Amino acid sequence: MSTTEIAGKTVEIDADGHLVNMNDWDENLASEIAKLEGISRLTERHWLVINFMRQVFKEKGDAPSIRRLTKESGVPTKELYELFPMGPAKKAAKIAGLPKPKGCI
Amino acid sequence: MSDIIYEPLKKVSIIVSRGSLDGIYPGLIMANGARMEGIEATLFFTFFGLDAIINKRMDKIKVATVGNPGMHMPTFLGAIPGMSAFTTGMMKKEMEKIDIPPIREFIEMVNDAGAELYACKASVDMFHLKKDDFCPQVKDIISVGKFYELSAGAQIIFT
Repeated sequence: MSTTEIAGKTVEIDADGHLVNMNDWDENLASEIAKLEGISRLTERHWLVINFMRQVFKEKGDAPSIRRLTKESGVPTKELYELFPMGPAKKAAKIAGLPKPKGCI
Repeated sequence: MSDIIYEPLKKVSIIVSRGSLDGIYPGLIMANGARMEGIEATLFFTFFGLDAIINKRMDKIKVATVGNPGMHMPTFLGAIPGMSAFTTGMMKKEMEKIDIPPIREFIEMVNDAGAELYACKASVDMFHLKKDDFCPQVKDIISVGKFYELSAGAQIIFT
């Protein structure tokens, strides 16, 4: 674990670069993390996924699987991969200030 | 300990050669998992593995209860009519709980995730199949040579 500065805020991050404390997160921070991940601007659709992931994490203690994400957020698989290229579950979790998802699906 | 730093995987080519539930799922899970990590994935279905992409068969895939030591069941019990269907039902229920979709949905999902699906030409000829027999996600029927060509730079995984 180490600390880093994102968007003028000092936050603790884990070995994968995810926030340790999800309460450190705010929308400003999300936009900055997204930029670091190569997503220059978060659209309404990105936010839909991000907010859904945070909500599921609060309820269940883990980020949703891609399948649940697509079924319940209403964002189809194809679009999810377009919104978060190179690994949607992991990337969306990172931007949402959550740890790397544990599931395999 | 060595100090060698290995390059992360960029591409995998997964061969699905068996047609039972337990033969098909590992390949699909690995292909989907690869895409989730941003790794390119190609699926190549051969021999009885073709059942996973044949329209008329893909919804009827069952667990192999005979000749499967992992079942911990004597062969004669596994051979009882209905045993395979029963075991398949149980397993599907457990899989649903951990969000593993049925085969047809899973094939759609990995395809939407960007994995490419191919059928093996030799097997297709042997079983007298046509492109129309397959689900729409199957991109093409290809030879082994073409498979190797498409697998350039990939790790090949046989299941």
